[in-house]
Amino acid sequence: MTAVAVTLESRPETVPPGTAAADVVATDLAGLRARAERAGATEVDAALRGGGGLAGFAALLSPAAGERLEELAQAAHATTIRRFGPTVRLYAPLYLSNECVSVCTYCGFSAGNQIARRTLTVDEVAAEAAALAGQGFRHVLLVAGEHARIVSRDYLVACVEALAPVIPQISVEVQVWDSATYRRLVAAGCDGLTVFQETYDAGTYAEVHVKGKKRNYAWRLAAPDRGAEAGMRRLGIGALLGLHRDWRTDALALAAHAGALTRRWWRCEVTVALPRLRPAAGFQPADALTDRQFVQLLCALRVALPDVGINLSTREAPALRDALIRLGVTTMSAGSHTEPGGYAGPSDAEPQFEIADTRSPAEIAGVLRAAGYDPVWKDWQRA
Amino acid sequence: MIRTDPLVIAGREFGSRLFLGTGKFPSNAVLADTIAACGTEMVTVALRRIDPAATEDILDALPAEGVLLLTNTSGAADAGEAVRLARLARAAGLPEWIKLEVTPDPRYLLPDPVDTLRAAEVLVADGFTVLPYCPADPVLCKRLEEAGCATVMPLGSWIGSNQGLRTQAALEIIIEQALVPVVVDAGIGAPSHAALAMELGAAAVLVNTAIGTARDPVAMGHAFALAVTAGRSAYRAGLASPAAVAAASSPLTGFLS
Repeated sequence: MTAVAVTLESRPETVPPGTAAADVVATDLAGLRARAERAGATEVDAALRGGGGLAGFAALLSPAAGERLEELAQAAHATTIRRFGPTVRLYAPLYLSNECVSVCTYCGFSAGNQIARRTLTVDEVAAEAAALAGQGFRHVLLVAGEHARIVSRDYLVACVEALAPVIPQISVEVQVWDSATYRRLVAAGCDGLTVFQETYDAGTYAEVHVKGKKRNYAWRLAAPDRGAEAGMRRLGIGALLGLHRDWRTDALALAAHAGALTRRWWRCEVTVALPRLRPAAGFQPADALTDRQFVQLLCALRVALPDVGINLSTREAPALRDALIRLGVTTMSAGSHTEPGGYAGPSDAEPQFEIADTRSPAEIAGVLRAAGYDPVWKDWQRA
Repeated sequence: MIRTDPLVIAGREFGSRLFLGTGKFPSNAVLADTIAACGTEMVTVALRRIDPAATEDILDALPAEGVLLLTNTSGAADAGEAVRLARLARAAGLPEWIKLEVTPDPRYLLPDPVDTLRAAEVLVADGFTVLPYCPADPVLCKRLEEAGCATVMPLGSWIGSNQGLRTQAALEIIIEQALVPVVVDAGIGAPSHAALAMELGAAAVLVNTAIGTARDPVAMGHAFALAVTAGRSAYRAGLASPAAVAAASSPLTGFLS
């Protein structure tokens, strides 16, 4: 492999003022968390009617609201239909590489793991995209581990350029970059940036991100701001629920971040993901959500932030995914492979995580239609 | 007075959320009394009304301190005229806070969105603190905010119409999205209108005709001050919204049991 020089960039340890990241840092999470604990019937009633902002969202996360899950689900369903109609947008993750120099306790790609590593060539990426396009996908999310030399700026730009003629909607979920790199990606044809903060709790963040550039919490938190500044039209954020010892605190921060992004970057469409860590070999979530709590969170988010998209991955099991369609999910992946090179043919590379819903994209589309929902494959093309 | 809820615009604190326009008052004396009665700390005066040579000028009605003079560009029909008026105000030694008004239409005095934005960009670059009177257009308000305006001042209804918040649905979006204070300007004809604007979350209201043309402007100014305080307190206390009609259909959470 040819060595590529890695340009060092300024990565401050604090968030810049005037950003959504700064708004998140300034949010009184402890106050909101207390509100989520003590909310009673009156607060829940008011929050169920919507428009209560973060305070309303906190009330909807409360144990009192948990007792009224069916009401909450009805409100979430009605809100979703009013705002999005019976539609679900479908996309596929395309894993470019599982090379990674960061050590993160929860991730299969973590640098220390002895796994089969692979990075697709640009031609292989194009073949994967062609296979996905053949399945009907018109929105592809490019995913990679953190390796600035192997998964470099130039490589990412080349991948986007190769896909742009075939795939009308391209997003990236890769290591965080500076604005200049995001501008290059936008110019190449990428219009969506997904960055999960993983956990908004700085202490937990430091514990689970043991080594590597990903340790810089603030630089990551402000990445969606940099992407938006560079012209990304769609921003995706998320937290790995269960990583922090109190999932409600992370959920409150996630909602605060989504709200701040929609205010600061009002031209952008914001989508949140709610990936749930499940107990697995070698990793035990600090605070695993039950299905009931997961449904409460998803519905609360929908009612409190009616315009924000909610993304559901194939981590969740088929029966649950099918039920969640009616509750507020607006974007789903389908038929996913989380190892590089899994679509065009079998790949022996290690997947990032095990998927629970292995149904094909056609099957998922069929499930959506049977539920009275329109599977949307394409809703964007750059002119 | 302990200020627990001050309004901050461009770094300056205001204890009152009622801004006062100075046109249409029966006399300078009544205007001065009204300013005192309503407790306003910001009054706007049209540069074209100011006459330093007059024996009794409108500026004489303003107290020596505690009230900020916000010069407005009333009468400007396009961006160029508004910018010129603002620079004249600066040259005359007036504060560099400008209420930007660009109203090419003499009947309804509706603000021109395009030239208002153009003028705002020029004046902000010129170092002015710009408070633009604008249509209740949420996108325009974001553009004005991005241009560096210190507030946005969307209209409740046509200026001088006393029709209240006919733009309420748009004002709600503007308030939800804004990163700068939203001052509802124009059309506020009764204290109840002002209270509603504050209940919606407006940072302040600007009132002129309803006070200046009341039978007793001084008493009306006081009434507006009470309404603004009441509306603001209600907003901060968290209004209970009207009950939504619950219509349970087929259960959505049956899969959990």
